[in-house]
Amino acid sequence: MPLNKTKTAITILGLGLGMVLSLGSQAQDDERYITLASTTSTEQSGLFDAIIPKFRDNTGIDVHVVAVGTGQAFEIARRGDADSLLVHDTAGEEQFVADGYATERRDVMVNDFVIIGPSDDPAGIGEAETVDEAFSMIAEAEAPFASRGDDSGTNRAELRLWESAGVEPNGEWYRELGSGMGPTLNTAAGMDAYVMSDRATWVAFDNRQNLDILFEGDEALFNQYGSLLLSEERHPHLKHDLAQQWHEWLVSEDGQQAIADFELKGQQLFFPNAK
Amino acid sequence: MPASDNAFHTALALVLSMDPALIDIVLLSLQVSFTAVLIACLLALPLGAALALWAFPGRGVIVVLFNALMGLPPVVAGLTVYLLLSRAGPLGEFGLLFTPSAMVVAQVVLVLPIITALTRQQIEELHHEYREQLTSLGMSKLRRIPTLLWDARFGLITVILAGFGRASAEVGAVMIVGGNIDGVTRVMTTAIVLETAKGDLPLALGLGIVLLTLVAVVNGAAYVVGETARRRLG
Repeated sequence: MPLNKTKTAITILGLGLGMVLSLGSQAQDDERYITLASTTSTEQSGLFDAIIPKFRDNTGIDVHVVAVGTGQAFEIARRGDADSLLVHDTAGEEQFVADGYATERRDVMVNDFVIIGPSDDPAGIGEAETVDEAFSMIAEAEAPFASRGDDSGTNRAELRLWESAGVEPNGEWYRELGSGMGPTLNTAAGMDAYVMSDRATWVAFDNRQNLDILFEGDEALFNQYGSLLLSEERHPHLKHDLAQQWHEWLVSEDGQQAIADFELKGQQLFFPNAK
Repeated sequence: MPASDNAFHTALALVLSMDPALIDIVLLSLQVSFTAVLIACLLALPLGAALALWAFPGRGVIVVLFNALMGLPPVVAGLTVYLLLSRAGPLGEFGLLFTPSAMVVAQVVLVLPIITALTRQQIEELHHEYREQLTSLGMSKLRRIPTLLWDARFGLITVILAGFGRASAEVGAVMIVGGNIDGVTRVMTTAIVLETAKGDLPLALGLGIVLLTLVAVVNGAAYVVGETARRRLG
């Protein structure tokens, strides 16, 4: 029996060692990659699946996307845990550059936000001329509104729109969910609430139930994405060379074309606008 | 409920299609969780046994601490490991964040208290039974550890499976420290969260069924091994 014991122990140890080693080797397989902190909308719509292979074919560099809210993406980059940053909060991005965490910010593309709600539209925002008006109508009707409440780029944009509409969003009808875009849409579908979403996530979203786009097209709803070149001084260990190639590719003719070519369910979702 | 109907179809179609992306996700899930449980066992089995055998001041506090840590929220474990492995953290220079290794570390943190606490309890009971016999043999406490662990092995299989269940089911920790990177750190649970976020509920539930089946297979295998060994060795 002792022999048996030893054998079993050796087998288990060997197996374990093998697994640990193979995990290690996986990490070393592709040295040429960067970690990109970005938003859930770009990841979940499938944009990255479409454009990253093109970038990889061009340069041999792979991009590992960590898709989180814009607030968290900034935090990841601030701590030096990502090589590159692609988010949608222009004011926050400019602050990030001003704070010295990034050396350059470039416009990459826009998509837009849409206001979604139960298809019978109890607040009647389908009639609204501007998004300010639409938001005022929701507040006036005290119709349930599901807010991300997670300090994401979408959340920040939504809060700016309430401010611009002159409405203090609080009360029983205004629900801060503290979730990503997808989970917020799931919840809004469940409680027949109004919700603001980026168009990309909405088009990719399958569990719509009674929800529909009720308001769209106001210029105030444009959603600008920017790429940031992180500061070499702050975080010398990052893969700045590779990250710079990605940053420059995004605003290059090839990169802009790749973004324009991406379609989901027959719709172009991101419109390149690098200057 | 059409969503759940579809889920079974989706699950079946997923398994039958042998989609290479899915297979990679399944393999990574198993690899990460098995590795985490193995490392946790190497530490927790002797630790739990030692806690059962030695009496020292503050032992009660440590026992209660490990019992309490069995309820450690995965998100808290993940956040702690994130702060440790982050570039700005104390272990940042190893560059482990957003790699499978980071996910293993997070799961070890979650599984270790479970295996330690349950091992301690099992060994304590066993030792109570055998104490006089072992003392009459003049066996030192250190030498009793392997003897008692070996004697408790069938009960400990269940303990280890409890740890494996925790590891394979949790999502909060691996999401934070792994980043759910497609093809790199995406595992079954984070894939389920992603599909839920995309509103593809049948696919999310289908993946859930696949995961549950995998866990059942692992448990079944452990059961068969345990039973066979028990019958053979009496």
